[in-house]
Amino acid sequence: MSFLSIGYILQQVANGFILGSIYSLVAIGFSMIFSIIGLINFSHGDILMLGAFSALAFITALHGPIWVVFGMVGVVGFLIGIAIERVAFRPIRSAPQVTGFITSLAISSLIENFGILVLTAQPRSFNIPDYLNGLLNVGAVSFRVIDAIIVALSTTIVISLYMYTKYTRMGMAMRATAQNIDASRLMGINVNRVIMIAFAIGSSLAAIAGLMWGAKFGQISPLMGFLPGLKAFVAAVIGGIRDIRGAVLGGYVLGFSEVLFVGLLPPDMSGYRDAFVFTLLIVILLIKPEGMLGREEEVIK
Amino acid sequence: MLELKGVDVYYGKLYILKGINVSVKKGEIVTIIGANGAGKTTTLRTISGLVHPRGGSIYYNGKEITRESSNNIVKMGISHCPEGRQLFPYMTVRENLLLGAYLRNDTNAIKEDMEWVYSIFPILAERQKQIAGTLSGGEQEMLAIGRALMSRPKLLMLDEPSLGLAPIVVDKIFDVIKELNGKGVTILLVEQNANMALEIAHRGYVMETGKISLQGSARELFEDEAVKRAYLGG
Ligand SMILES: Nc1ncnc2c1ncn2[C@@H]1O[C@H](COP(=O)(O)OP(=O)(O)OP(=O)(O)O)[C@@H](O)[C@H]1O
Ligand SMILES: [Mg+2]
Repeated sequence: MSFLSIGYILQQVANGFILGSIYSLVAIGFSMIFSIIGLINFSHGDILMLGAFSALAFITALHGPIWVVFGMVGVVGFLIGIAIERVAFRPIRSAPQVTGFITSLAISSLIENFGILVLTAQPRSFNIPDYLNGLLNVGAVSFRVIDAIIVALSTTIVISLYMYTKYTRMGMAMRATAQNIDASRLMGINVNRVIMIAFAIGSSLAAIAGLMWGAKFGQISPLMGFLPGLKAFVAAVIGGIRDIRGAVLGGYVLGFSEVLFVGLLPPDMSGYRDAFVFTLLIVILLIKPEGMLGREEEVIK
Repeated sequence: MLELKGVDVYYGKLYILKGINVSVKKGEIVTIIGANGAGKTTTLRTISGLVHPRGGSIYYNGKEITRESSNNIVKMGISHCPEGRQLFPYMTVRENLLLGAYLRNDTNAIKEDMEWVYSIFPILAERQKQIAGTLSGGEQEMLAIGRALMSRPKLLMLDEPSLGLAPIVVDKIFDVIKELNGKGVTILLVEQNANMALEIAHRGYVMETGKISLQGSARELFEDEAVKRAYLGG
């Protein structure tokens, strides 16, 4: 295939879409939690890891259809989110922001080390049923069945979640709590419950993204959550961290630019992809400190 | 209807409310006046369950609510229109009003009440789709009051509704307060504008550095020399 042919570029765009779909899901959870309680949750990526391992366990043990596995992993993430919020974050709710930040680092290292202890640090291969590896061709672009599932599922989740926050009672309560927590209490909103649900949904999406990550890259390890967690943070920040739409946009921008960077520049530079991601963060924040869809008064300091 | 008995409130180590006694009877307009930092806002926040007292107790219709959570307190019919309005700035006027009715399920009655709020403040009807943060100060205050009404309160607490508003808007808001009271809503009003507050109130309390220093009928307070000097401008 000739370098820089249209087909090649389209192929890279498709890859960007797939990666962006995964980043978006992780970034949404990150920004949901941040917007509601101002917590930068560094353990978010580790929930992705837990999701990936539970997915592997379900796939190996059940041989069931993939959508069942997706559903079960989502439930696992949901419960993990509730547990972490209850045990770690609720007790420090009224403490200064930095306490939450440090707590999340502690949880992260706890989960990672527990993972290494139980599973060893050795990466494992993440094998998915053969039919999911089947190739689909659309014009010059080819991708696997699982890739199509990743994009379709992520899009469906994003749209449903947007509708959920926009039109349901709990969704309204979430937006209200993010905007003014005391006023929300005065409306009779049970703020503790809203926070719990935000953790649950955010963690559920991270766990599902863990399954997608394993399926896309074929390998998982207890330390795999670090980079996607950090990148989701970057995605949320460049998109504008207070809104689902910002997180999704940031996720796709990141996915596309990363793939294009690796795909279009000479191969010996692809080792710099992560450095590139963080350079992109700095550049975007220099131009628009509140993020692409952020509001001016919400610059993160 | 509402009774605070020896309520002590601390913010951390700071002793803010020092054993205050306040009572509000059904159908009354009661006002709390006092200098900046006296503890008026803290009193309302304590009743609403945003802060909990360390000592003393609060009763509502005979039931102790000292440690109740704020959502239960709203459920019981107490609505708090907070100092500085505290709207949801990125939501529309309509969404703010709907959040005022958050605990209600009677969709049709909610619609009626929204129309009722729009009839009290017609400007809000014109601005239904406008983002609350972009309203003028007076419109924001009207929205805050409207939102507080959407829970159909039996007791409405207002914290300095006249703050920073033009006289004509203040008049309008005080008219509305009187009208609501006429319809049976009990009112607890915190005000800097002691003149106007005592004019519409039945009874009043004067608060000084966390204590009730004086109480009586509005008339008594109006004629009190110390109150005149300190809060009525001569
Ligand atoms: N969150 C807080 N933490 C610490 N101190 C507080 C807090 N909120 C209020 N205070 C203090 O409590 C005291 C009473 O404040 P409060 O807001 O109740 O006064 P206020 O009578 O409403 O005054 P104003 O008329 O200026 O609104 C003040 O000294 C204030 O500094
Ligand atoms: Mg005050």
